[in-house]
Amino acid sequence: MIQNLNKAFESRLRLGIMSLLMVNVEVDFNTAKELLQVTDGNLASHTNSLEKLAYISVIKEFVGKKPKTSYKATIEGRKAFTAHIDALENLLKNR
Amino acid sequence: MSNERHIEDLKEIRSLMEKSTRFLSLSGWSGIMAGTYALLGAYLANDYASSEVFLANPTHLLPFLVIGLGVMAAALVTGAILTYLKAKKNGQTLFDKTALRMVAHIGFPMVVGFFVWLAFALKGGEQFMAGVLLIFYGLGLINGSKYTLNDIRILGVANVTLGVLALFFTHYGLYFWAAGFGLGHIVYGVYMWMRYER
Repeated sequence: MIQNLNKAFESRLRLGIMSLLMVNVEVDFNTAKELLQVTDGNLASHTNSLEKLAYISVIKEFVGKKPKTSYKATIEGRKAFTAHIDALENLLKNR
Repeated sequence: MSNERHIEDLKEIRSLMEKSTRFLSLSGWSGIMAGTYALLGAYLANDYASSEVFLANPTHLLPFLVIGLGVMAAALVTGAILTYLKAKKNGQTLFDKTALRMVAHIGFPMVVGFFVWLAFALKGGEQFMAGVLLIFYGLGLINGSKYTLNDIRILGVANVTLGVLALFFTHYGLYFWAAGFGLGHIVYGVYMWMRYER
């Protein structure tokens, strides 16, 4: 059972980022920062690692003159997250 | 690894999903106030309906429109202020995405309902005015309940039910209206306040 738990989601913050992206089409950096209550650097490093895993995609655009970064969950990411939650549930059920 | 950590994980996931999609700062007090205005409005409307002015000239419906819109405006302004204060206390801004989404989903059926109501008022369907308002308002609440505290669905169903009854028992339209908008809001407001704010 335990091998179904995804190492990528051992970090609470990464799990949090994915939670937001499961229920919202996309979430921008500042909203995510506010909801997760973390620093810029912390959030950026974890979104980077999720992007490397291809669990999320990054959208960069300009709003007026300001750059805006948003994130979206990929199909891969959704599958991984769902599998992780299922594993968590099973783990808790079977004890 | 401990179970507690996993349970904490799941709790955190749940809370983040809720916080990012639902507007949770709806104030119970605003329901109580809205209900009070509605009862006051119903009282005034009832007064006017049995007044000599109206009985002498029963097509003169303007005062009903003014009372209705007045109640609506007062309830909206009070609700917005109270909700703003609560949102601020929760560290949320009033017009974040979740709030706008909630307003849009509640508002759409209500705007449609307003025009249906206006058409009935102007084209000789006065007896259906109370029912129409209740039905569309209730539909708005049901529609918006996915984006805020789920409990407003119950108030929505109650309003729709009373509205349908009011369409058939047109003589008691004002009473249904007082029950739905007035008592309904007050009961709901007290319940919300006890459950989430006290």
